[in-house]
Amino acid sequence: MIELLVDNRDLYLTGFRNTILLFVLAGIGALVVGALLAAMRVSPVPVLRLVGSGYVNIFRNTPLTLVFFFFAFAYPRLDLLDVPFFTRAVLALVVYTAAFVCEVVRSGINTVEVGQAEASRALGLTFVQTLTAIVVPQAIRSVVPPLTSVLNALLKNTTVAAGFAVAEAGQITPTLSERGASVLIGMVWIAIGFLILVIPLTATQRTLEKRWSVAR
Amino acid sequence: MSSPAKATPPMIRMVGVHKRFGSLPVLKDINLEISRGEVVVVLGPSGAGKSTLCRTINRLEPIDGGRIEIDGAPLPAEGRALARLRADVGMVFQQFNLFAHKTIVQNVALAPVLVRKISKADAHQAAMQLLARVGISDQADKYPVQLSGGQQQRAAIARALAMRPKVMLFDEPTSALDPEMVQEVLDVMTSLVREGMTMLVVTHEMGFARRAADRVVFMSGGEIVEDSPPDQFFTAPRSDRAKDFLGKILTH
Repeated sequence: MIELLVDNRDLYLTGFRNTILLFVLAGIGALVVGALLAAMRVSPVPVLRLVGSGYVNIFRNTPLTLVFFFFAFAYPRLDLLDVPFFTRAVLALVVYTAAFVCEVVRSGINTVEVGQAEASRALGLTFVQTLTAIVVPQAIRSVVPPLTSVLNALLKNTTVAAGFAVAEAGQITPTLSERGASVLIGMVWIAIGFLILVIPLTATQRTLEKRWSVAR
Repeated sequence: MSSPAKATPPMIRMVGVHKRFGSLPVLKDINLEISRGEVVVVLGPSGAGKSTLCRTINRLEPIDGGRIEIDGAPLPAEGRALARLRADVGMVFQQFNLFAHKTIVQNVALAPVLVRKISKADAHQAAMQLLARVGISDQADKYPVQLSGGQQQRAAIARALAMRPKVMLFDEPTSALDPEMVQEVLDVMTSLVREGMTMLVVTHEMGFARRAADRVVFMSGGEIVEDSPPDQFFTAPRSDRAKDFLGKILTH
């Protein structure tokens, strides 16, 4: 069993390196875009609220493969900036995951007592200051567990990129079968690989929950 | 400071203020002036609109009609101008509303840094002085939940004072406190009165009203029913509603 891993280590290394790269880049992007969307959805400006909820309703209800199809096949026909497929895969994951991040963050914002924002406004903080200095830091606490689930899903969703020619972990099995190696054992190693990747996520969740549970 | 109206405009002026919650009127034709250095205590039965009146002054509750001026300037609509005005109006809430994720000293130093752009070190030093003044400097590095209600409310007063406000609004500052902690908060408020702070205090503490107030405003059913010096209000109330209210309070 171990020989398969050793013999095909190049395959596994590039595969998982790309998976991690996709995950980290898309994760950062989704967190940023999702947080901005959440800010729009709770802002006092009606137009921003409309744009935010429209975005979430569209992308949360669209299958990820469809989003990938768009970036793989429709995007090049738009004659926009020519970007490599890896970047487009990251974009697809960001666009899709940001909708989920937004809803998780927004529900977290709703758990923060109204009095916190009132006290902040009464002191003269602006809407953005109130959100960034008072509301979001407290919302994050209740957001950590569901956000970890969203990131976990993102990690697994990176395999969809394999179907669109990004050489990440999901691409390993088809290549293995081309090389005539055992696909079953190959998949076991991929599963183990993903388990290993999830461990730091879960560990981070635990640490963050522990650190922030004290100051409530 | 120049003002087109008078040499010294009142610190707070409310003219014909109306406010509804849905179809329910909660403030009806409120006219109120508070001069610089004056202490006004608002009394009245629950549901009289006292808290709402207090909260309209810094626009935590927008009004449906009338005019509110702070130090001669009309209350701005939402936006940066409103934020600037709020920075000059201190507010103390019934539920303290200290920032749960910040330590006590961070609570006090936060707004001076973010709004007044004071350096962190200066803000911290000023915050420590204020905490000493309200008697809780030994609690500076704790989180709000670790403090008693009375300590939390004193920290909240320090937080408001850190902005060097022109006027302080107190919205039932002792109503959420255990009885043994009421006095420590009232003591801090009394010291502010002595220093000449302009204050509007919504409260049920009759003793404080009697001792510290320049004027007592009695509200009932969304209206200001009486506006008189405390001696007169407590010994010879003019309206039946005030007599009824005082009767209920003083019998138990």
